Amino acid sequence: MDLRRPPRSSSGGVEPKIRQVGFFTPDASGPSETPAAAAAPAAAAPQQQQPGAAAESPPSSDLSPGRLSPVMIPPPRHADLLAPGSPFPAGSDAVLATSAPVASSACFDASSAVGDDDSWSRAPSAAELEENRRGLNEGTPASIPQKPKTSKAERRALQEAQRAAKAAAKEAGLSGKSVGTASVAGPATSKQAKSTKVAQKKDVPQAAGSVASEKKTTERLPERERKKDAPHPRMQFDDVHKVEKAKKRAVVNQSEARNRVELFRHLPQYVHGTQLPDLESKFFQLDPMHPSVYKVGLQYLSGEVSGGNGRCIAMLLAFREAIKDYTTPPNKTLSRDLTAKISSYVSFLIECRPLSISMGNAIRFLKNRIAKLPHTLSESEAKASLQSDIDRFISEKIVLADKAIVSHAITKVRDNDVLLTYGSSSVVEMILDHAHELGRKFRVVVVDSRPKLEGQGLLRRLVAKGINCTYTHINAISYIMHEVTRVFLGASSILSNGTVYSRVGTASVAMVAHAFGIPVLVCCEAYKFHERVQLDSICANELGDPDVILKVPGKADLGHLKDWADNANLQLLNLTYDATPSDYVSMIITDYGMIALAECLATADKRTSHCERISQGAVVDIDSLSYDNNFGDT
Amino acid sequence: MPDVQPLVSEFVLKLKRRKVEGSHAVARQTAELLRSVVSQHRMGSTNQAATLADAVRAVGQQLIAANPIELAVGNIVRRVLHIIKEEDMSSTAVGIEGLSVTVDSDDEYDSEHDDRPTLSAAVLASHARNALRAPSLQTLLDDIPVSTAISRTASSTGDSDGKSKSGDKTSTKKLKHDVIAAIGDLIDEIDNCYEPISEQAVELIHQNEVILTLGRSKTVKEFLCAAKEKKRSFRVFVAEGAPRYQGHALAKELVEKGIQTTVITDSAVFAMISRVNMVIVGAHAIMANGGVIAPVGMNMVALAAQRHAVPFVVVAGSHKLCPLYPHNPEVLLNELKSPSDLLDFGEFSDCMNFSTQDGSPLLNVVNPTFDYVPPKLVGLFITDT
Repeated sequence: MDLRRPPRSSSGGVEPKIRQVGFFTPDASGPSETPAAAAAPAAAAPQQQQPGAAAESPPSSDLSPGRLSPVMIPPPRHADLLAPGSPFPAGSDAVLATSAPVASSACFDASSAVGDDDSWSRAPSAAELEENRRGLNEGTPASIPQKPKTSKAERRALQEAQRAAKAAAKEAGLSGKSVGTASVAGPATSKQAKSTKVAQKKDVPQAAGSVASEKKTTERLPERERKKDAPHPRMQFDDVHKVEKAKKRAVVNQSEARNRVELFRHLPQYVHGTQLPDLESKFFQLDPMHPSVYKVGLQYLSGEVSGGNGRCIAMLLAFREAIKDYTTPPNKTLSRDLTAKISSYVSFLIECRPLSISMGNAIRFLKNRIAKLPHTLSESEAKASLQSDIDRFISEKIVLADKAIVSHAITKVRDNDVLLTYGSSSVVEMILDHAHELGRKFRVVVVDSRPKLEGQGLLRRLVAKGINCTYTHINAISYIMHEVTRVFLGASSILSNGTVYSRVGTASVAMVAHAFGIPVLVCCEAYKFHERVQLDSICANELGDPDVILKVPGKADLGHLKDWADNANLQLLNLTYDATPSDYVSMIITDYGMIALAECLATADKRTSHCERISQGAVVDIDSLSYDNNFGDT
Repeated sequence: MPDVQPLVSEFVLKLKRRKVEGSHAVARQTAELLRSVVSQHRMGSTNQAATLADAVRAVGQQLIAANPIELAVGNIVRRVLHIIKEEDMSSTAVGIEGLSVTVDSDDEYDSEHDDRPTLSAAVLASHARNALRAPSLQTLLDDIPVSTAISRTASSTGDSDGKSKSGDKTSTKKLKHDVIAAIGDLIDEIDNCYEPISEQAVELIHQNEVILTLGRSKTVKEFLCAAKEKKRSFRVFVAEGAPRYQGHALAKELVEKGIQTTVITDSAVFAMISRVNMVIVGAHAIMANGGVIAPVGMNMVALAAQRHAVPFVVVAGSHKLCPLYPHNPEVLLNELKSPSDLLDFGEFSDCMNFSTQDGSPLLNVVNPTFDYVPPKLVGLFITDT
């Protein structure tokens, strides 16, 4: 359930190339770890050539020759360094054929095993090779051949030959290109990006070692932001080859669970409980990992911090600390290096627990801010600006948003209401608290379910405040629904077709409420909205620890399934999220306003435009939506 | 009669204290108890069937009052009453036939044939009419004294064996004997209800099916195992069925039979049902309108199945078929069990204070046992009759 989108078309790789127009650098600003592979001196010389050719032929170059000129001019700072590369263009053609596969495979091996579409592999590898070149240039200045001052035609020829070679090398692997974008973060100026990147290319990978090399697909977020129409395929974990590669890069050694459910082979499932000791032993090896990030990762692993807002805030605060303690290494720019660091932190956190959509959006925001930093700022100013950005994000998008939602939702709580809520949502809890403070008379029904039993915590807090509560489990919702007047639900995210993505069981609650004709109000902050679409709960989800299912608290005698792992016929499935269809939801309450989906479904355009506007942060005028009158007197 | 009272009281206590639970066990024990009642009943010389029926009815009312939610008790009592009437009627039917053939009749049924001469034509007509009427559990509710039993339905639902046994007109003991034999058949039928149901499995489950079930029902288990024996390939998702978590036990049993099983939580039913071909569940009782009293959570499953157009199949033995219509079944035909299944009292002791203004507790815990599934959500009933 991360931010990867399903590929729009089979030839998804073509579209991004077209749209790369001025932004070839996201692809071209390849992975920081390719230098690790590129460090192999044997391949250094031949590799320098094709990267040289590749640099001048960005992935989209074949489509827009006119645009080549700005990017083909090497950054002035490295002109002298690149010059040595020029003497070899003639002989490079022959070399290309042989070395291209070598380089490609080297690159592919070095890059993380994310991304699955072959269509992506071409573009990234071109960038990769470019990175190789740059890295090599820095690492071995003495042997850097002068960059050939070839004509456009020659460069085009080189590029074609290289592309042919790459096509051959495509079987070797994956697109691995997710990695490269680690340092991308949407650079404002491609030139500077290239130049700075060269500098940091060497240091970052060597310092980071295996940690930095595990760039996963989340690094693509910044470029995805721009290439909205080019969705990146998610990491599908049923491809053994890619999973193996990912494992090699992983910080946390996770053993895959046995007895996996067939239907969910595309999602990662690891044996829980084995990660913590492994992480602890690795602590001193994880030099680049900031301790606060490490702490947050452990909190995720143990389940101490859970819930979309909670996890997001914890992560952002950890990043804030990391930024505060960050110092730019010499010969590197802050934006590049910091983005790479953030990406490494993110991949660590993913291994602890897959990202929630709220976290993904926050990371995207942060990387965007880093990328948009004016280069005139000094390091301390930049850091201060970033920290204030993070603070602003938390206060505006989360804290103030929650207050806005509460103020909207409070109008929906009347006296003598019986409100039903499921699980434990921070926003819904705030609404109930506020309504109680205002003196409304109402009752709350808390519905809970296994295995997390989050409702018990909420129940305790509500009763402590003096709210009259009824507690039940999800099977009994048909029984209790007769008494209920409103249903308030929280969400992990709202997808662009109105589907509510939230804790597993929410769909059942919404369905039964709908069957009884009870309005369902979903409360979700706007920053959690996402543009992707999900049809059912199976294409993207999070698999939790299956052992939790057979451990029933309070019933020690249920030892029926103790040896479930040994039995090939028996599987346990512990889903974390599910997708509620939009027709069960009566109204969505966000900080930008309230949307009544039932009305919007009548005019699909309106709804999509609402959702789009919401996700883009536009203000939806509440007065224009006269829908809240629907529930005035029910 | 008096010597059977301790037995009855004991069973009533067991029902009240919920020591015996589950339709199957309850039905069986009720039948056995009634058999003892019948066997120990001192048959008078006149109107035996009526007195026997009264005795059984009295005991039955006690049992039903002990646990009104165990509808199987009432079902069995009605079946036994029906047996009595049927046995009696088959004897009288033979008598009537004899009547129509010969003027002389047997002596035992003098009381019922007081107005014998006037009966002849009307009786024959009504008898013929009744023979054509389909059997109906509704008629079991009628409290018609046995003397007018001739106008009742002639055939029975499952215990027609008794009729053949009472072919000849014998002494008073014959009625009792027949009734006891018929009740024995009823008990056998209760015990062996699984086989006829399981035979239907082959028609329902084909290849590569995915089946969803909730909780644990012996009928469902037998059903699935029968399909497995016939080498049909299918896999089962078992929802664990809080708060009793009997889904775990069912999963274990299915796995032992070699069926691919996946245990899911109840909250994941909606998520998984899009990949399910069929939902097969057991029931606690089936009401006269087709509504199903099932373990809690079943309504949620039925709604999800309807949403995804997945057939919802209920398998139940005939002892669960109840001739009553449900009114407000969620409340009246439900039982709230202990909150300790859901909440640990120790952990939540601080929440259990009663310090609000009206003295009501701030925390209520609701733990219903049963769920009502309306008939329109059910696609198919499979029983053994």
